[in-house]
Order: sequence, then structure tokens, then C-alpha cells
Amino acid sequence: MSKKITIEPVTRVEGHGKVTIHIDDEGNISQSRLHIVEFRGFERFVQGRPYWEAPVLVQRLCGICPVSHHLAAAKALDVIVGAGTGDGLTPTGEKMRRLMHYGQMFQSHVLHFFHLVSPDLLFGIDSDPAIRNIIGVAKKFPDLAVQGVMMRKFGQEIIKATAGKKIHGTGAIPGGINKHLTQEEKDSFLNGPDPMNIDKMISWSQDALAFLKGYQKENKDFIDNFAAFPSSHLSLVRKDGALDLYHGVLRAVDSDGKKILHDVDYQDYLEYIGEEVRNWSYMKFPYLTEFGKEKGWYRVGPLARLNTCDFIPSPLAQKEFEEFKAYTNGKPNNMTMHYHWARLIEVLHSAEMMKDLINDPDLMKGELVTKGEKRSEGVGVIEAPRGTLFHHYGINEHDQLTMANLIVSTTSNNEPMNIAVNHTAKQYMQGQPIITEGMMNAVEVAIRAYDPCLSCATHAMGRMPLEIVLIDNNNNIIDKKRR
Amino acid sequence: MSDIVKFKIDGKECVADEGLNLVDAAKQNGIYIPTLCHLEGIKPAGSCRVCNVKINGRFMTACTTPVVDGMEIENSTEDIQELRKIIVETLFVSGNHYCPACEKSGCCELQALGYKFTMLVPRFPYAFEPKEVDAESQKLYIDRNRCILCKRCVRSIKSKDGKSIFAIKGRGHNAMINIDHELAAQMTDEEATKAMDNCPVGSILKKERGYYTPIGSRKYDKEPIGSDIEESVII
Repeated sequence: MSKKITIEPVTRVEGHGKVTIHIDDEGNISQSRLHIVEFRGFERFVQGRPYWEAPVLVQRLCGICPVSHHLAAAKALDVIVGAGTGDGLTPTGEKMRRLMHYGQMFQSHVLHFFHLVSPDLLFGIDSDPAIRNIIGVAKKFPDLAVQGVMMRKFGQEIIKATAGKKIHGTGAIPGGINKHLTQEEKDSFLNGPDPMNIDKMISWSQDALAFLKGYQKENKDFIDNFAAFPSSHLSLVRKDGALDLYHGVLRAVDSDGKKILHDVDYQDYLEYIGEEVRNWSYMKFPYLTEFGKEKGWYRVGPLARLNTCDFIPSPLAQKEFEEFKAYTNGKPNNMTMHYHWARLIEVLHSAEMMKDLINDPDLMKGELVTKGEKRSEGVGVIEAPRGTLFHHYGINEHDQLTMANLIVSTTSNNEPMNIAVNHTAKQYMQGQPIITEGMMNAVEVAIRAYDPCLSCATHAMGRMPLEIVLIDNNNNIIDKKRR
Repeated sequence: MSDIVKFKIDGKECVADEGLNLVDAAKQNGIYIPTLCHLEGIKPAGSCRVCNVKINGRFMTACTTPVVDGMEIENSTEDIQELRKIIVETLFVSGNHYCPACEKSGCCELQALGYKFTMLVPRFPYAFEPKEVDAESQKLYIDRNRCILCKRCVRSIKSKDGKSIFAIKGRGHNAMINIDHELAAQMTDEEATKAMDNCPVGSILKKERGYYTPIGSRKYDKEPIGSDIEESVII
């Protein structure tokens, strides 16, 4: 008898989604889908608001990486107030924003790795769900849990010093920033009591990488093959090809490393990227228009960034990057679980960049804001922790927002996540007489690798209800289990 | 020279110039009477009712009541504070005060009073009345969703020849703040900033300068509203 398995909600990800897996009469997986069941609506209800409100208003999309939305919106409004397309800010304005962004990247990646993913690695994906969570980690590996909490705290303190608050600050304003870094803040980040100083953060970032690489060595088959599939990759890169999380040009490569989007200006993103709507999900499916809806999809996020960039402009992370590239002989890495490896290299890079910026005298003095001739439209793009984030706004002659278009990072990973779900369902469930909780968690592990922020909404962490519904061909419920 | 009068607020002996309104008289004696519509030096309107006190057992608005010799005023009793809290709550639910994204947050007197009265959840249903914004002025953005009809702008912001730039249009629940676009076009940056600063909420915004004051340096970030008055006694 055919079955439909529903995993709802997907746990240890940000936001709310569900997975449905259809199994036909022969026990084969006929269809697997990740559904996003929330609706945002921000693009509509910001209309009519004064444009300078956008960076503060739209960041309420999310509580995990609001800084990304805050900065992407501010970058779009820089264009509108005539402050250039990403390179026209004062040194203080740009560097304070960069520090905010690296603090954000650091804390968000750390949260994902330590709080959301480590339970799967430390206990195994089919272990007892009662201990396979952050509380279980804290009990069995207290040092590791403390490390995760303190690293996240450090990143949030950086955000507070630059944005005014740890979550939902107001630091970035159109054309710049609203504050300098104070001497007190600088001293606390450089020489704070152990472990709250930047040197410790760099050292702990290296420890986390060493831990993951050790795990990968011991579980090579799982890490290399779990939900792995070839794909294109897209991200911003600096004009010289360096990894740049704050600003750059758009580059995409295919699964063999051939450039398929050639370092283009993101102000023209509509020429290169389209969005498809499917009737079973609130999340759209972006694609490179040149290759069409079927073949134009791509991955974004840490794995994509390390596949598109040529080098990392900080020494310790560059060394790790070389090892990462060597693993696939310089070719793009298409192994889904290697997202975690790439993510931790970015944690180290962010820590190094934070140290450089904290020591930069421009942060403590200088003009905060710059403006020029006003324009009616602007696009801001940033590399958010989860991938490339697009904000596009238009205004009228009365300074009111008339249009907003957001392509959030997770949206770009929509098709890849669906493919990953399908791969995993086939790998773990096909032909199995009984569907276990461990098998269902395997599906979630595949989704979790992308660190999705489902609808960029609330953070759903921990042991949330997981419901499995068995449905026959006539949509009758024949069995239901709930944990 | 006016006569000095003696009066009591919550039993405390106070002195002030005869005829001075009670809000300002209390302030001179280091006592804070909360208000949203009153502005020192501007003719009182008594429109917000937050400054309600009990004088000789009767509720009266302190901003419109001149102090007289021998007056006995109750200001901080439980029933008066509860009444003020109810007024603040009704002001919140009758508009759309989305503090998290409002640029007046941290400098907003209504928000500051919400904190002062420990307003945790709304007890009254939201009105959700559709109200329009007016963004046509070159220097000012008027958000009627946040207006509490205190008339501070009407009373305090005038053109060079004394005309009101703001006015109330309509009556009852149809009343709304309006701006004269011709007169507003002649406002200087300083006058536009003054209009925004005088507004106790985020209804009048000066264009293109939102969020310039960082969190931590805003008016009520460090001390609750009224603390400056309670800490200093002028007389």
C-alpha cells in the first residue's frame, strides 16, 4: 500500500517547514518535498513606509541573522541616497558595518554548528532523540557546550558594539553608520577576561575545525557521500576573486568549476536571476535565467562561497581553505555535509577579520555618513551566513517605499534542499518495511546541513513535536505517530 | 512680581509662583507629574489626561490647573497611577505603535510612560483603525497611526507670521492631525527638527535622518522618564 510520510515541523532549523515523502505500492520513493508553510509578507507591508525605516523594519524577518537583512537593506538604501553602490561609504562607515557583519557571521555559524548540528555528530543521527539535542551535549560534553555559548556571546557583543543591540539594532543607516567603536569596547574585545577576547575566539575556532576534521576522518563515508550531488554554486566574491562576505560581484560556477556567471554587478541581478513559484510551497525557486528553470538552480552558503572564491584574505583561514580545496583537487566541492567544514573555515576567517578591524583606528574616529544625489531605486546584496541575500527597493518622490523584493539565502537553496531530501529519503527509506525516527532524522540532517532559515522567521530549536502520518491512495489516514 | 503660594503634593510641602500650572509647579519642587500633551511655555490643552491628579478629592488635569495657596494634591496614589496606566494603554491600542521599528523608540514619551507604568500586555482590544500617512511635505513625514492628538504641534509650531502649520481636522474618532503643505514648505531644518522633537510619539518624523542616535544614547535609554525632575529641586 502506498504511504505518505510527513515530518512536521522540521526540527533544529530556523523557522517552520515540513517534509512529505510519498512511498508507492512497491516501497519506492515516488516524491519528496520540503514545504515552507510560513508566509512573510514583508515585501508588501513595507510599502508606504519611509525608506530609512527599511533596515530596521525588515530585519524583523529573523532573530538569528537580522544583521544580514539590516545590512542588505542599508546597502540598497546607500544606492538610493547616492552613497555609491557598495564602495562609496566613509572608511568608518564601511568598516563598522563589516565588523558588525563578521560578528554576525561568527555568532550565527557558531550557533548552527554547536547548538543545532553537534548533537547529530556527537551522538549519531539515529541515536535516542531524548539526548540528541543541545541539553544532551551540555550534559555529556560540557566544555564543548560552554565553548559554543561563549563564542556566540562574543559575536553578539560585537553586534551590540556596532549596531547598538545584540538583536535588532539600528547601527546601519542609509549612507553609513550611527556610531564609532569606543575605547572601552575595543579594549574589552582585545583584552577581555578569558575567554571573552578575540585571541581566544581565534583559538577556539581552530579547535572547532580540528574537531570537525577529526570527525570527518573517522566518518569519511558518511560525510563524503551523505546527500551529495553535483550542482552549480553562486556567491559574491571580491573583484580580485577573494572571499568577501560584505561586498563584491556575483559569480557562479558549475559543478566542474567552470564560471557560468562572470563577476557581474549585482545592481543588474534581475538580468541574471529569475524566481519560479510552485503551488505547494511559500518559498520561491530562484534560477539563473540563462540556464532556465530546470537547470539554472544553484547552491549558496558557505560551501558555495568556498567553491566560487579564489582565495581567503586572512592567513589562518587561507591555510584551511587550501586544505579544503586540495580535498577535491581544486574542483568544486559538491558534498553536502562539507557545508559544515566550509562553515567552520568561515568562522575562523570571521574571527581573524574581527581582530584586524578592532585594531583599525578608523573605527574610533572619522565621518560616519555620506550622501550624494538621490536615486529612486537600489539593490543591496550581502553574503549572509546562509548565503547570498538580495534586497531591492524602489521609492517615490515623497521618500516612501513603493516596492521591495527580497531573495533570502534559503530561497536559493530551495531546490538543492529538495534534492537533498529526495536523496536521503531514497537512501534511508526506500524498500524499508518500517520507518524509524532515525530515518526521519536523516532527512532532517540533510536539510540542516544548509542551515536553512525557513521563511527567515523564528528560531525553532530542540525537541519539537514530530508527526508521522501514513496516508493511503485515497488520502485516508491509516496511521499516525507523534513523538 | 507674583505671590509665592504654599501647597502640598502627597503630603510634601511645596512652594511656587501663584497661578503657575500644577505640572510646572510640581517640577520646580522635584516632583514629576507625567504628561504627554503639556509643553513648558506653551498654553496647556489638557487633551491627553495623563496628568490627572486629585485636588481636594476631585480628579483634575494638573496642566490646566493653576496652583493656589493651601491646595492639597494627590499625585502618586495607587488609584491615580492605575488611571494613568489605563490612559496610556488606551492610547497604545487606539493607534498602531510598532515600537521595534519606530525611529522615535527610546525617545518616545508614550513608550517611556508604558515602561514607567509597567505596561506589560494590552488589556484593551486594538482598534486597528485605518489611518493614512502624509508624506507629501518636503521635510516632514506624518504618520497618523501613531498620533495621540495631543495638539503639541498645533500649539507650538507656527509660521513666521504666527500661523499654525498643523491643525486638527474632523471631530471625535474622525479627528486627525493635518499639515499645511504650503506653510510646511517654508520651514527651516531647525523648525522641522523642533516639530519632530516636540511630538511625544513618532507621528512627526523629519525626513532622511532616521536612527541617527545610537541605541544607548537615546533620551530614555539610561533613565526612566521623569527621573531628571525627581533628581533636581529648583526651589
